[in-house]
Amino acid sequence: MAPKTPAEESTQLLVTASPHIHSAVTVEKLMWAVVIALAPALAGSVYFFGIKALKIIILSTAAAVVFDGLGQRLMGRKVTVWDGSAAVTGLLLAANLPPDVPWWLPVIGAAFATIVAKQLFGGLGHNFINPALAGRAFLTASWPTLMTTRWLAPRLGTVSGLGPAGLRLCTDAVTTATPLNVLKNGERLLAPGCEPAQLWQELQSWPVIKRLFLGNVGGSLGETSALLLLLGGILLIILRVIDWRIPVSYLVTVAILVLILPGPKTAPLQYLLFHLFSGGLILGAFYMATDYVTSPLTHKGRLIFGLGCGTLTVLIRRWGGYPEGVCYSILLMNVATPLIDRLVRTRLFGRRKEPR
Amino acid sequence: MRSFRGGVHPREGKEATEHKPIEVAPLPSRVVIPLSQHTGAPSRPVVQKGVRVKAGTMIGEPVGRVSVPTHSSISGTVADVVDLPHPLTGRPVATVIIDSDGQDELEATIGEQDHSHFTPEEIIEAVRRAGVVGLGGAAFPTFIKLSPPKEKPIDTLIINGCECEPYLTADHRLMLEKSHEIVEGIRFLARALGVSRVIIAIEDNKRDAVQLMTSVAAGPDIAVRELRTKYPQGAEKQLIKVLLGREVPSGGLPMDVGCVVQNVGTAVAVRDAVRFAKPLFERVVTVTGPAVAEPKNLRVRIGTLVSELVQFCGGYQGPVGKLIMGGPMMGIALASDKVPVLKGTSGILALGPEPESDESECIRCGRCIEACPMGLAPTRLHYHVRQRRFAQARAEHLLDCIECGCCAYVCPARIRLVHSFKFGKSEVLAQERK
Repeated sequence: MAPKTPAEESTQLLVTASPHIHSAVTVEKLMWAVVIALAPALAGSVYFFGIKALKIIILSTAAAVVFDGLGQRLMGRKVTVWDGSAAVTGLLLAANLPPDVPWWLPVIGAAFATIVAKQLFGGLGHNFINPALAGRAFLTASWPTLMTTRWLAPRLGTVSGLGPAGLRLCTDAVTTATPLNVLKNGERLLAPGCEPAQLWQELQSWPVIKRLFLGNVGGSLGETSALLLLLGGILLIILRVIDWRIPVSYLVTVAILVLILPGPKTAPLQYLLFHLFSGGLILGAFYMATDYVTSPLTHKGRLIFGLGCGTLTVLIRRWGGYPEGVCYSILLMNVATPLIDRLVRTRLFGRRKEPR
Repeated sequence: MRSFRGGVHPREGKEATEHKPIEVAPLPSRVVIPLSQHTGAPSRPVVQKGVRVKAGTMIGEPVGRVSVPTHSSISGTVADVVDLPHPLTGRPVATVIIDSDGQDELEATIGEQDHSHFTPEEIIEAVRRAGVVGLGGAAFPTFIKLSPPKEKPIDTLIINGCECEPYLTADHRLMLEKSHEIVEGIRFLARALGVSRVIIAIEDNKRDAVQLMTSVAAGPDIAVRELRTKYPQGAEKQLIKVLLGREVPSGGLPMDVGCVVQNVGTAVAVRDAVRFAKPLFERVVTVTGPAVAEPKNLRVRIGTLVSELVQFCGGYQGPVGKLIMGGPMMGIALASDKVPVLKGTSGILALGPEPESDESECIRCGRCIEACPMGLAPTRLHYHVRQRRFAQARAEHLLDCIECGCCAYVCPARIRLVHSFKFGKSEVLAQERK
């Protein structure tokens, strides 16, 4: 091929500021990586809770994508629903719902998450709270019964995680009490003639811990399997999609507080693992507290963020009105994020001592 | 190995030229020499149309304290002295155009000097008179770096052979082919500064250069240090931090922590200036990139048009998206290849057409903060600049930005952060002048 003449060339040259090369990481790749990381846990939910879970996942995700695009259109923004962020919101919202809710609940939740929590505040990058958690909190406030009683027993177990043989709960509680609910309200849920001490002992037994770890218990559809969530979460850390600092500081804070604060501990190690693997802690720590938009920018800020999430979670679980505190802990720390970013800065290279 | 905060690891792309010896580019038939090729005031033309010049004849005299003379790079006749847009800034600058007579005669003053008894002042004057500037890219007049004020004693001379910009191999080849000349230059520099400690810093992707420089240069006063390959290892402040653990204070210069940093190419130019009274009128340039047919390292006369160098490298290969003067991280995109090589031109890089992705919204992932070697928060600075809150941007240390491009390199939203900061800095400085 004959070399082009300079004149031909000069008309086509692109002139932009440096740098002229970029890393391969894009917003889309980051978002789709989260979708892939969530896949095992969501597939697990279909295994444990059946086709109902799949229905919720599809409805929630489709609704999130549609409403996010609609919100962008309404706000006069460019429609960018294929960047994956709406899909992540929809999947996380589904993961936060009981598996047996009516079809319209995820749809309304997704509409609130994408239009109200996200697009009304400026769209991707500008929402001040995690959209999926905002959707969940909105649904919990609006339809509390649906959001706290529609649990399903997993394929091979019970809602509470207690073994059928040793079931010591009253009839009502058998189908409505998740492990954390049993921990919180155990005395009230107890079948006649049973001692609380027996219940605590059974709750902190290795078979129960194993069910919690594998996901063979009742709960929100995507939160039950610590194992599958950890697989995806560790993948996200290895791929450097998320910063390890948030989940690690979150989980370590929960572990330490659970051990030092009073509680019905019969076996400390099992009690600790019970707290780590039950409820939405693993889901929240790896997939929701790590949301870039609503968590701090700096390494140190993220450690503080995780510390705050962990502290609030344990306080709510122990003394709050709800059995689970992950959702509200993260939402509260989302709100604290601008403050953390204001106070925690990176150290300027060659900073001079500034007179105070 | 000690490191510095932040930084990135772009694909190096040096394989195309790192094993290719420096070739002498053909003598250009015409050179275009802007009289502003250094940081500071442009020099003033001292030749008129029709005047005969030789290679090394002064064609522009320095104006003011921060300025150096400019010299002809070929022998021939001045075809014109005219204001032309500067290749990098686009602002009009006095430019001398010279048509070659094909003789390549040297100015008579160039030749072996009796330099053994040169005082530091005489060395510095020789460097100034030869128009030597930093060849790493910033083109700061070298004689000024060699004349620090008395209250800033210098104890260490650092010779920068890092060449951390991807694709560029000019310094690498220079170290392999001109190691003795580099050491000679270092001796002059050390004498001028009165320092007894010299450190030559080379990244570990140039092991051959590390070995050669160690065998040629290492001694009681000169140490060769191999550093981890990480961009921007060759940035002055980061380099000093890694080698000596000292931090140049915010807003300060290397001399504030007792250091002077000179590029290996500059060391050779200093050697030529002091030993032969030879002005800086040629340099080594890496002409490379996926859109260049035969990438090469070339010894080039200042003022040679980029288009001629590309022709000598087999022309363009496939469509060209971007033509860059310098490296891919900090180089300047050219609008045309009809622009001349300058004293500070370390490379010419032709990239293929890559669709320039649109900026999307910041998702606050924090990658820019992690990557910033200066400890800044690029996403916040960008936000302030975009809102035209320049005072706030300044308070968050916008002026400490070294424009290395790490933040924009890692940004998944492809936000043009460096563009924003260049604009923001100029606005901050403009407001301060008021």
